[in-house]
Amino acid sequence: MSGVAHDQSGAEVGPGHSDSPFIQHHFDDGAHQFESGKLGIWLFLGQEVLFFSALFVAYIIYRHNHPEIFEYAHKYLDVKMGAINTGVLILSSLSAAWAVRAAQLNQQRLLIFCLVVTLLCAFGFLGIKYVEYSAKVHHHTLFGKRFAPHEAPDGTEIEQPDGNPGKDAAGKPTAKEPLNTVGGVKAQPVDGSKGPPPGTAPVVPGDPSASKEEPASSQAGVGVLPALEAQKDAGAKIDTEAGARPPPNTGMFFTIYFLMTGLHGVHVLAGVFVFIWLLWRATKGHFGPRYYGPIDFAALYWHLVDLIWIFLFPLLYLIA
Amino acid sequence: MATAATSPHSHDTGVHGDPPEPSYLTVKRGFRNWIVTLDHKRIGVMYLIGITTSFLLGGVFALLVRTELFLPGSQLVNEAQYNQLFTLHGAIMVFLVIIPGLPAALGNFSLPIVLGAPDVAFPRLNLFSFYLWCTGAALMLLSLIVNAADTGWTFYTPYSTTTGTAVVPAVAGAFVLGFSSIFTGLNFIVTIHKFKPKGMGWFQMPLNLWGIYSTALLQVLATPVLGITLLLLLVERIGRIGIFDPALGGDPVLFQHFFWFYSHPAVYIMILPAMAVMSDLITTFSHKPIFGYRFIAYSSIGLAALSFLVWGHHMFVSGQSRLASMVFSALTFTVAIPSAIKVFNWVATLYKADITLKTPMLYALSFILLFTIGGLTGVFLGALSVDVHLHDTYFVVAHFHYVMMGSALIAFLGALHYWWPKMFGRMFNERVGQVCAVLVFIGFNTTFLPQFVMGARGMARRYFDYDPEFTIFHQVSTVGAFLMGITLVVSFGNLIYSLFRGKRAPRNPWGGSTLEWQAPSPPPLYNFYAHEQPTLYPIYDYTDLYYDEQEGGWLRRKHKAEAETP
Repeated sequence: MSGVAHDQSGAEVGPGHSDSPFIQHHFDDGAHQFESGKLGIWLFLGQEVLFFSALFVAYIIYRHNHPEIFEYAHKYLDVKMGAINTGVLILSSLSAAWAVRAAQLNQQRLLIFCLVVTLLCAFGFLGIKYVEYSAKVHHHTLFGKRFAPHEAPDGTEIEQPDGNPGKDAAGKPTAKEPLNTVGGVKAQPVDGSKGPPPGTAPVVPGDPSASKEEPASSQAGVGVLPALEAQKDAGAKIDTEAGARPPPNTGMFFTIYFLMTGLHGVHVLAGVFVFIWLLWRATKGHFGPRYYGPIDFAALYWHLVDLIWIFLFPLLYLIA
Repeated sequence: MATAATSPHSHDTGVHGDPPEPSYLTVKRGFRNWIVTLDHKRIGVMYLIGITTSFLLGGVFALLVRTELFLPGSQLVNEAQYNQLFTLHGAIMVFLVIIPGLPAALGNFSLPIVLGAPDVAFPRLNLFSFYLWCTGAALMLLSLIVNAADTGWTFYTPYSTTTGTAVVPAVAGAFVLGFSSIFTGLNFIVTIHKFKPKGMGWFQMPLNLWGIYSTALLQVLATPVLGITLLLLLVERIGRIGIFDPALGGDPVLFQHFFWFYSHPAVYIMILPAMAVMSDLITTFSHKPIFGYRFIAYSSIGLAALSFLVWGHHMFVSGQSRLASMVFSALTFTVAIPSAIKVFNWVATLYKADITLKTPMLYALSFILLFTIGGLTGVFLGALSVDVHLHDTYFVVAHFHYVMMGSALIAFLGALHYWWPKMFGRMFNERVGQVCAVLVFIGFNTTFLPQFVMGARGMARRYFDYDPEFTIFHQVSTVGAFLMGITLVVSFGNLIYSLFRGKRAPRNPWGGSTLEWQAPSPPPLYNFYAHEQPTLYPIYDYTDLYYDEQEGGWLRRKHKAEAETP
């Protein structure tokens, strides 16, 4: 029959004809299944990129609006740990890629070895991350209100004003900090002519004056609250002067840090489960030159997880 | 497929004369075989049951809202309960009904058959999506039982992070439903790419598939942003991390940006499959090739692409910069172009056509009218100065109901009636179906036309109480809503009745030219009998089709010739 739809010709071969027990019946053959899986995993990775994208956008916006927070707070992070973790992940990506090659060449023992290395690296990454996270919990360098360190990044003690956020982890930001920036937005009227006096109440959300799209450069110095200028000076002072208090809302850096590295960590953890499953299947000899799709797809996923970390490391740890 | 139910050689009926294979409905009976099925048709039917149940629930909430608004002041509920009612109505209708309605339920059923394929590319992922849908629905119900969310379906911060109602399960439900949608979209894209039959190029695909494809692209590319946004909202609400909290340096408007970056494309996730089905319905019942095939196909992709660029038009009064608002406004106007291309092409298809006014076609014609109204009022709202006046009024409510209910759900009903004989092998009562289609149209307009008027006169949306001058509009609207509600119950009753008493359906009851009408009604497990694979004819070629009294449906002349030769 000409123009026959998909060939599932039941009479001769029947759906389920295949050269491997792992080719599902509705695919024509192994190649058809592999190509479909490959397209599927690429779409999934596209989905993952967009899933992370909002966090990168949040990072860009908050860093653009409050560079002083990022410049101050990143010094709390341990660059050495971050660098080691970067190396660990790159090594695991190499072993994952090598695992694909081993499966394609039917090198069963090498395949198992590569999968084990990948898994060990993943555990190593998570272990180092655990050490970093526990140090942050210990030093109270946490997100939002829970940012209440006793020490500045250089180890000097932070001046503790009365009722300060340094002692009370659950305490509100002190009234002494003029909350002149709201919603990552410079509190300035749309027309930019005059602002409210410093220390006034935060702009309520939905207020038309919360116009975040205003390019800050063009508005620099025009209509910006005096307090904001003062705060910028304070931020500059912090860099030089030991013992100064962190800029307001420094917790926002750690909010973003924990969100980004946390979501990344969840992806590493998911990868661990996938590689355990693959290792189990590899020990049973499921993979070979005719069927290596799952290894290939997992390795692609792993490369993406690796790639995201390669972006996160400089963005969070290496702020100049 | 790996289950015993679908083992490869369970149905070898290779040659003519063997008893026909059992249909997918009867091949493996029993509840347990259904819930672990990997058959796209059964998964589609399970979605259909879940979605219509949710539709009923969402509809009850809608009628409660309308009853409350019949008179000023409190009738049934208090202010707080009213907020919960419209939130539940919106969240259920958007996340549980319209978004999965056409793609997941009817798309799942029809997509592989239309391709002449045995199943979707990833049947297990398909079943997983369905269970994600069930989990999401259960979480939504949990919110309803505990203390229903009262934030509106948009979950705007900071209210959603501070209100005392059960926002967490509702948001978690929407998050899980998002992943159900992503995996369905991923599955459909791969299926369309990799399972097109030989001889069917991209421009020989039924337009339905173009629509499903564009929808699936949006599902994969836009929904993850909703996922992360809702995740941030959950973390913010549970952990007070400050990302949307101004007191900690966060930005509540950022939530709106993230939310609408998904939720505007989501509007197209709702409308694109509806338009897609429309193209097939209109050409089938006009018995005439579609006018401007390529334009309709490209306009689907164009709408999908544009939908990513217009989210800011939801935020004209949220403190967006004037420049951004102007750009978003201009981009919003451009959406009218691909939409109008579709409408004009449908109308041109109808021109001088031999139209059969069956139930699905009546819904299709309603769609054209209602979508035109919904689309054009969207242009009003895209205009900056007009939007400032109409923002958050009933004009907006009427506008998006014309698009979401008047277009997407009407198309869903049309498509349901269209594929019903194929799904269950039974014909519904045509006359009852036709009367219901007309009454739904009348009821819909009675409900929502007055809302345009009162919205333009300043009746704000989501208000529990109102000035007496708006009473008459609210009353007309409520009467229309009840007319529509009753009619919808009757039309679903008509469909269900047909399962028991309906006439047996022929293979091609409407004269459709696409591959699914060559399959038996209902199809066997692998969609076509093993010994008679479908034949690919030129797309939308109706010249060989004729109505056969004995068959009760449409046949191809070539079949007749084959049958007559000894």
